[in-house]
Amino acid sequence: MQGAGPAICLGNDIDTDVIIAGRYLRTKDRSVWAEHAFEDLDPALAPRLSGSIIVAGRNMGCGSSREQAVVALREAGVVGVVAESFARIFFRNAVNVGLPVLEAAVSCTDGARVAFDLDAGWVEVDGKRYPARPLSGRMITILRAGGLVPYWGSHR
Amino acid sequence: MSTLSERILGAPAGEYVDREVDIAFAHDGTGVLAREALREMGVERLPHPERLRLIFDHIVPANTGTTATLQAELRGYARSSGIALSDAGGGICHQVMSEGVVRPGMVVVGADSHTCTLGAFGAFATGMGATDMAAVWASGATWFRVPETIAVNLAGNLPCAAEPKDVALAYVARLGMEGATYRALEFVGDGAAGLSMDGRLTLSNMAVETGAKTGMFYADPATVRYLADYGLAAASQTPEDCRYERTVDIDLGDIVPLVAVPHRVDTVREAEEVAGTHLDQVFVGTCTNGRYEDLARFARIVRGKKVAVRTVVVPASRTVLARAIATGVLADIVDAGCMVVPPGCGPCLGAHAGVLGEGEVCLSTANRNFRNRMGVGGEIYLSSVATAAASAIAGEITAPEVA
Repeated sequence: MQGAGPAICLGNDIDTDVIIAGRYLRTKDRSVWAEHAFEDLDPALAPRLSGSIIVAGRNMGCGSSREQAVVALREAGVVGVVAESFARIFFRNAVNVGLPVLEAAVSCTDGARVAFDLDAGWVEVDGKRYPARPLSGRMITILRAGGLVPYWGSHR
Repeated sequence: MSTLSERILGAPAGEYVDREVDIAFAHDGTGVLAREALREMGVERLPHPERLRLIFDHIVPANTGTTATLQAELRGYARSSGIALSDAGGGICHQVMSEGVVRPGMVVVGADSHTCTLGAFGAFATGMGATDMAAVWASGATWFRVPETIAVNLAGNLPCAAEPKDVALAYVARLGMEGATYRALEFVGDGAAGLSMDGRLTLSNMAVETGAKTGMFYADPATVRYLADYGLAAASQTPEDCRYERTVDIDLGDIVPLVAVPHRVDTVREAEEVAGTHLDQVFVGTCTNGRYEDLARFARIVRGKKVAVRTVVVPASRTVLARAIATGVLADIVDAGCMVVPPGCGPCLGAHAGVLGEGEVCLSTANRNFRNRMGVGGEIYLSSVATAAASAIAGEITAPEVA
């Protein structure tokens, strides 16, 4: 699985409350989450998410188990999330909804050209290549299927 | 020689295992998404409904028509699928599961990050997302990566002014918000044995604030006695000589009242250092500190006095509420001028029942003080129940006096 796009750089410890605030959770309309993604961090971010790759620091997606956080990013058109480290529930949720996640420590500025290859295990920023921590075989299979729901249909 | 996680999951740290779960629960928020995912998976019949629970706690009673409709649909699904439902007013999922459901050695998953709370019973209990939960509903099983373990070695006894919440804030500060990511915590040492079950639940509850998968205590005579009160038989677990990734030593005798300041759980100061901070609201409750011992401690401090600031008290469950009524604890709380909200998560996640306004400051006994969590522009400080009580009386952050 490969992807590419301009970077949106975030810091360390981005919690799921700032990815999608508690006040927007009670709906089944996924577009609401995409529309309000990162609203409390920077209201200007949501319109820039489509086609982008989020590059975060350590402990990306910490806090609540709310799956709306990863669905918000996927629905907003985020191509993938690169972070030095992830909170474990966010990481597993991302795989389950088919949002590529790569654990890699990269040097990056906003707007840099980012590319990744999940199978080969690398992330490139403006042409400079960094190794990404390999995913388990099952996680790659789930991601390749497009998430746990389609995986369930094809593997059970 | 195994850690408790390795023993329960049946494999050494680092391995991936598929495990049947003993208990799986979701709440009114995550349950809605799990139901949607299950529908999309095309699964109609659940193989093990007896292992599953739906527990309404996050926004109860419903705050809007939309919330009420989502809850009504999920309530209907519980009825038709055979999943046991704890409806609005029953209490917080982790608390309900701690009242005679979870036992030592169980594998427990919950669609809520604070499922680690139940590690206090010597169970492997961890949080997951809604789609993972749907797969558990569909199969009765899930996969785990067996975690490495960090030991939190507790020695001695707590001084009077300090309580288990202060120990929780102390270990979160020591480990940091990602210090235990992908790891399990094991609380060990003579200080662990000296803690009540309510206190252990408080410590286990905050394990996820260090990134940990779960926070476990070995079941001991205190665990066995606690479960016996609910009519459950359980046996103690004996620690083996195992390999910990690292050990963090905490001398309970050194613990003083602590406060986590905005907007990080691991930015912790002594309560004395932030004394005098103006408050607009005090919030006592949650899966961290809404248990009977907490309410009783709060009542002891506010009894016969009046709070000087808006104070919201939320019992963690109906059982807790009923006991607080029976013992007079609730009357003391009400007489002191506090508001009592029905059992549930209350304002912790900023959805209702005590949302903060722009610039308002809240001292809370919850587990998260993230930016805007309880309302846009609000600031959250986290503390023990005793610090919250002393501060409610003073109207500003105040360290509790030695009882």
